[in-house]
Amino acid sequence: MIRLERVTKMYRTSTRPALDRVSVEVGKGEFVFLIGPSGSGKSTFLRLLLREDVPTRGKIWVTDLDVAKLPRRKVPRLRQRIGVVFQDFRLLPNKTVGENVAFALEVIGKSPSTIRKVVPEVLELVGLEGKADRMPHELSGGEQQRVAIARAFVNRPLVLLADEPTGNLDPDTSQDIMLLLERINRTGTTVVMATHDHSIVDSMRRRVVELDMGRVVRDEAHAVYGVGR
Amino acid sequence: MRTDFVVREVATGLRRNVTMTAAMVLTTAISLLMVGTGLLAVKTIDATEAIYSDRLEIRVALTQDVSTADTDCTQPICAGLRSTLENSPLVAGVTYENQQEAYERFQELFAGQSVAELARPQSLPATLRVKLVDQDGSTEAGAAAVKQAMENQVGVRTVIDQRDVVAKLFDFLGGVRNVTFALALVQAVAALMLISNTVQVSAYTRRTEVGVMRLVGATRWYTQLPFLVEAVITGVVGAVLAGVGLLVGKVAFIDSLLAGIAQNGVIPPVTLADVLTVSAYLVPIGAVIAGITGYVTLRLYVKV
Ligand SMILES: Nc1ncnc2c1ncn2[C@@H]1O[C@H](COP(=O)(O)OP(=O)(O)O)[C@@H](O)[C@H]1O
Ligand SMILES: [Mg+2]
Repeated sequence: MIRLERVTKMYRTSTRPALDRVSVEVGKGEFVFLIGPSGSGKSTFLRLLLREDVPTRGKIWVTDLDVAKLPRRKVPRLRQRIGVVFQDFRLLPNKTVGENVAFALEVIGKSPSTIRKVVPEVLELVGLEGKADRMPHELSGGEQQRVAIARAFVNRPLVLLADEPTGNLDPDTSQDIMLLLERINRTGTTVVMATHDHSIVDSMRRRVVELDMGRVVRDEAHAVYGVGR
Repeated sequence: MRTDFVVREVATGLRRNVTMTAAMVLTTAISLLMVGTGLLAVKTIDATEAIYSDRLEIRVALTQDVSTADTDCTQPICAGLRSTLENSPLVAGVTYENQQEAYERFQELFAGQSVAELARPQSLPATLRVKLVDQDGSTEAGAAAVKQAMENQVGVRTVIDQRDVVAKLFDFLGGVRNVTFALALVQAVAALMLISNTVQVSAYTRRTEVGVMRLVGATRWYTQLPFLVEAVITGVVGAVLAGVGLLVGKVAFIDSLLAGIAQNGVIPPVTLADVLTVSAYLVPIGAVIAGITGYVTLRLYVKV
């Protein structure tokens, strides 16, 4: 589903590579934690998958798309196969919960009838039934992240990328969000989640890819965050 | 493409910053108004030139003695000059105006003024009026040939090329046109920068939306079209205002300013049809320029 082959990313303003010869393969339906201290290259990893940036060297495949070589006009095709959520939710503040989710479908040209059907479904899936008409500022952080997940998932992407989705949330709420991501993973969606939250990683016992200074220092199934950290 | 989506986004975009939108519309309107004025000036100048190039003649004024002695150009000196002229392939026709006719025309021209009373038929020269053949829109060669043939001939006092006189008027009109176009250009640059700036601001205020659109895989059309449509609407509204401005300008100023001379056929009037034609040109010009500016701005400055 996702394959990186000796991917190196050098930012022009920095001497040390943000990613250094990273090779990782993620199969369909897998759940992978991408861990490592701040600045280790987790966000860069996800940005490259989304073609927000291109690698300096190496190859990246997402499904059958050669991401680095993808022509600009085909980038939307890639992004429609990937859902993303961030630490800061990125909801549109002047749209309701329902409109926020519908917006993601509208801008890729889905018909109003489809939108009317699938938006309530996905809101129910994320546990926000009955809150479609709320504004984002009327929701708790955990609820806002659920809206963001609903928006990322509403088009049924093959891959869900999450960049520290629990970074702004308290531990209990974080656990709820993890349960939701697990549920999404069980529908067959590949999930890659960047985090440096020990307790979440330890409680889930999933595959862990650990980055340090842009290098993969560990890639282990059913792992914990690490000893002595 | 969902049109309701674009319509909604454009409406919010235009409403979001009303002062900016208004400034953009006005600057565009003013620059297009100047372009329109320039185009009308060109049209008028061309029409004027057409009128005059028909009428313009070379006048060969005859000396005092020949003028007095010969009333119908039958005596040898005048007849000789005349046949020389008529034999030239560059000359379309020659007419003779004797002192009496010259006097009558002079009276008509200066009717009511004191010079008219002072003039006497015998103080005015008789003239051979030479019409030139138009060669590829120019009578330049003919004029030069006639001047060369006539100057310093016995019986010739001076050779007057009317085109020299009118050339000054055309120079002046041409200057007006150039100044108008120069101002229009400066205005247009200002309008372009304003449109470009507004598109940037617009894109900046909508960066969250655009960011979401990109992430969920919206195509460039979806992310950019609202901005382009906004810019084009501005251009079109500006052009329509410019058209209204031209119309008002015609009715309020040009008509009264040119009333006298236009009626006399000195210069052609600026017609309503002219103004409407030019206004109709301004709309696509405004739309295309604004659209291109918006597109280039998005390409250069905005990651969408
Ligand atoms: N846009 C950028 N320009 C320059 N350097 C960057 C940019 N983004 C990230 N970096 C650098 O790349 C390295 C990895 O950053 P990042 O991928 O954000 O790490 P993480 O998400 O693990 O904290 C850091 O050293 C960071 O300073
Ligand atoms: Mg990060």
